[in-house]
Amino acid sequence: MTELASYNFAYLDEQTKRMIRRAILKAIAIPGYQVPFASREMPMPYGWGTGGVQVTAAIIGPEDVLKVIDQGADDTTNAVSIRAFFQKVADVAVTTHTADATIIQTRHRIPERKLSEGQVLVYQVPIPEPLRFLEPRETETRKMHALEEYGLMHVKLYEDIARHGRISTTYAYPVKVAGRYVMDPSPTPKFDNPKMHMSEALQLFGAGREKRIYAVPPHTDVVSLDFEDHPFEIQRFEQSCALCAAHGVYLDEVVLDDKGGRMFVCSDTDNCEDRREHGHSGEMLAPSKEAAE
Amino acid sequence: MTITSDALSGGFSEPVFQSQSVFRMLMDGMARPGLIQRIVSDAGQPEPLGPAAGAIALTLCDHETPVFLSAGLAKSTVGAWIGFHTGATLTREKAEARFAFLEAGAAPTSFGLFALGSQEYPDRSTTLVLEVKALHEEAGAGQKLTLSGPGILQSRDIWVEGLPESFHRLWIDNRALFPRGIDVILTADTDLLCLPRTTRVGA
Repeated sequence: MTELASYNFAYLDEQTKRMIRRAILKAIAIPGYQVPFASREMPMPYGWGTGGVQVTAAIIGPEDVLKVIDQGADDTTNAVSIRAFFQKVADVAVTTHTADATIIQTRHRIPERKLSEGQVLVYQVPIPEPLRFLEPRETETRKMHALEEYGLMHVKLYEDIARHGRISTTYAYPVKVAGRYVMDPSPTPKFDNPKMHMSEALQLFGAGREKRIYAVPPHTDVVSLDFEDHPFEIQRFEQSCALCAAHGVYLDEVVLDDKGGRMFVCSDTDNCEDRREHGHSGEMLAPSKEAAE
Repeated sequence: MTITSDALSGGFSEPVFQSQSVFRMLMDGMARPGLIQRIVSDAGQPEPLGPAAGAIALTLCDHETPVFLSAGLAKSTVGAWIGFHTGATLTREKAEARFAFLEAGAAPTSFGLFALGSQEYPDRSTTLVLEVKALHEEAGAGQKLTLSGPGILQSRDIWVEGLPESFHRLWIDNRALFPRGIDVILTADTDLLCLPRTTRVGA
């Protein structure tokens, strides 16, 4: 071990952790309500997940196993750098396997595999206020939450229908939590909204720049807003994953050339790898090494 | 009040990791109301503060959180101990308190004098740490409480010994204020369980 001074465990100082921890407890007690907190400068720019990183830093302990995903992938820049950050400042075990993780920090996806009791899902949130694009004044949106006045959100969804014939919101699709607060589920595709409902895992949301923390406890109603004649629907894919042939999962479209070539692959890389290990193969999966030799 | 050696002794031996572990119990407890958890603490809090309540004070209180103590705790060295170890100031005004500690047997007559938060900022409310005689997961001694609400699949039964008689009535009043209201942590020696304001308590 080096003799040099090092950071406090999990980077944040203890007073900051206490402040964030108090905010988290109140957030869990008032599901869907955005608790203001004194967000700190982190050694990464706003927009890189500083809210999620602060929440993770405040809850993580030496026994935890951390998984970080960026759009479902464990191996993209944001996920790799945040994972490396916590390995460095908290010396915790990390994993890419959803089932092995106790804390999963995510930027905009919920893993395909069902989360279990005891797991914590930490979302990085850019804009926590679901009403912000409808009403820019914080004083007004706060009053709207206080009075449970969510008519404007329904007008917005209705205008979608009037213009496009359907609700065209595909991500950051507003939800109502425990029958009270309308909440932004962060820019997850609406495909993931049903996974938030009655989840066994605790879900925490951190917005660093906007200085808000909110939460959804396990076994809590999370209902996507809709209309009787235009019920909420998730995206459906005609294709299956080109690598693991999975159906009913969220797929990314990858452009392959400039002649219209494309492939659809699982957004959740861990789920895809796990399926391939279990012998599933899609049409574009390269033959395994043994077969090629 | 003169600071006695009682007030200066104790504290977590590993503050960073012990406060993390107590916090995780509180977080899991708030997320799963009624879940009884047992802390391991060497905090050495002075009587009559219990070990769980002492650990909660060390984990969550600091100079930003005025603390209210019930009459029984206020006349002991507990106030000086919390002040020395956490930097929290004591307040006699319930409405200013972010945390309130009540010793076993203290019978609150109302929760309404504590900070309940506002409709705009319901998070600005007191968290009440209430000492009771014992907490049980299985039928036995004590009063049965059937809990339901967010964090609980269907319902959870717990048995509490030494719950103040007024608790049911006060909790119904508190529940009616939602989203305003106080949150409660019941402690019994080294055991604790959480009752966030969303939890409905049936007999």
